[in-house]
Amino acid sequence: MSKQDLDLDFGDHRHLDLRVSIAGVTMENPITTASGTFSAKESSAFYDIDELGAVITKGVSTVPWEGNPTPRIAETYGGMLNSVGLQNQGVDAFIKEELPYLRTFRPRIIANVVGKSIEEYCTAVEKLSDADVDMLEINISCPNIKEGGISFGADQKRAAEITREVRKYSRKPILMKLTPNVTDITEIARAVEAEGADGISLINTLLGMKIDVHNKRPVLCNKMGGLSGPAIKPVAVRMVYQVRQSVCIPIIGLGGIMTGEDAVEFLMAGADALAIGTAALIDPTAPVRIKRELIGFMNRYGYQNLQQIRESLL
Amino acid sequence: MTKKIIEARVIGNQEIIDGIFRITLDCNDAEYGNAKPGQFINLYLRDKSMLLPRPISICLTEKKRITLVYRVVGNGTKELSSLKEQDSLRISTPLGQGYHIEAMFEALRQDPSDRKTIALVAGGLGIPPMLELAKTIRAQIEADPRIKLIALLGFREEPFLTEELSGFCHEVHAATETGIIGFPGTVLELIKMKNIVADYFLSCGPKPMLNALAAHCHKTNKPLQVSLEERMGCGYGACVGCTCKTKKEKDGRMIVVPQKVCKDGPVFFGEEVIWSE
Repeated sequence: MSKQDLDLDFGDHRHLDLRVSIAGVTMENPITTASGTFSAKESSAFYDIDELGAVITKGVSTVPWEGNPTPRIAETYGGMLNSVGLQNQGVDAFIKEELPYLRTFRPRIIANVVGKSIEEYCTAVEKLSDADVDMLEINISCPNIKEGGISFGADQKRAAEITREVRKYSRKPILMKLTPNVTDITEIARAVEAEGADGISLINTLLGMKIDVHNKRPVLCNKMGGLSGPAIKPVAVRMVYQVRQSVCIPIIGLGGIMTGEDAVEFLMAGADALAIGTAALIDPTAPVRIKRELIGFMNRYGYQNLQQIRESLL
Repeated sequence: MTKKIIEARVIGNQEIIDGIFRITLDCNDAEYGNAKPGQFINLYLRDKSMLLPRPISICLTEKKRITLVYRVVGNGTKELSSLKEQDSLRISTPLGQGYHIEAMFEALRQDPSDRKTIALVAGGLGIPPMLELAKTIRAQIEADPRIKLIALLGFREEPFLTEELSGFCHEVHAATETGIIGFPGTVLELIKMKNIVADYFLSCGPKPMLNALAAHCHKTNKPLQVSLEERMGCGYGACVGCTCKTKKEKDGRMIVVPQKVCKDGPVFFGEEVIWSE
């Protein structure tokens, strides 16, 4: 996992420029972690977190959330469903207990924010604005909570409204994390850009369901959950591509990135940075492996920087 | 890095009774010899349409070798059962918190009575981790004839691993639901009918069994540790898919604390688990 390993695997990479800048925040490389799939303490047992460009934290809310009842994980063909429901310790504990530890590592910190009402989002955003984070990612796309979440991201007017309100309370750059469970993603993307979003993360999970036919019951206690993993990658690539054609602000692309080539696919579709989610649950070291594979791809084809990849789609 | 994914080699993989297999892996890594009873490992399948690791509890360790016993329940375990000698398999180093053996001995030392019994209570696929647990405890009580180790095992039908457990336990009692062998009924009925008494209980098995045992231990005021099972995602504490509710005292009142089964557990103290659900 050291720099030396990188050299051994893919030749010299020091001539490559992997840096990317999002809303004035420079990341050393485009690899980050999808919200809810990373824990500094647990992930660092497997790899050197300093290899990442940024970390996106698990969603934090104003008060602690218990999440949904179990079972809340189900495997599907080439993917998985989750109905975790944003279990978290709340913003105060996050700032006090988790942030200082995260700051001992080099990557930029992007705090993911969740809420059940606009007020809740704003309260958490205001607190995080005073905290030691580099950016905020506003999750308006979680399919697993009854109020808030996806209900903001699936409607153009509500997406605009929440962006506008959150913008007022945030002194940090804000990324709006969008849901694919909409008819026209570009409408939502344009709406949040118009209200001052500094960037967009997409896609969150697709609403799905699995039934255990032997027991005649849904597998998830919550019946439905968010589908992630390689099964959803084509949908994600298509949406990143469509949104790239529609807005100017940076995009963090995610949805089933498993390999370096998948990462390149998102860059060619127009993503500026890349979040690794489900892959890291399957292979804890996936984020660094994907970074190395990306470097290998750049060396193989002679790309010097990410911009060249982004402009290469014919 | 303290945790790893490694390539292990299959030494043996046999069906021991109908649908239940025993696989032994050469891990070539000292980490495995240090595994704690009750810990598990993640097994990563070759068929990439099945993404999630299969968490399976460690049955026995021997230096760089580990043995697991699993039931074929779906396509993932079917793939495992097809592995042949010399095949390779990607596995994690040991995960989770195992049984709190030191805490158990500490509690037993507090108990003024002269003779003590430790009971392992397990049902079905909760039985395999009892082997490593029994081996570890037996090694520690070998010099102390006042402590007795017994195993109380519940099977649906055909028993397995009873002989192996007899090698570590002073007594092994089996109960089968069909009554084909041993006590006819559940392991809890066995405990009550035969009036089996123990000073400390360690358990793993289906939730109804754990639930009933927890109630029994609560009523008789005996300490208990349980290994819980939950559908896991990552198995190392990142996805927060597998949680259980526990209670903890804070500022003089009980609060509910969600804990990760894969990382904070799978072994918990019976008194801290909220059993109602």
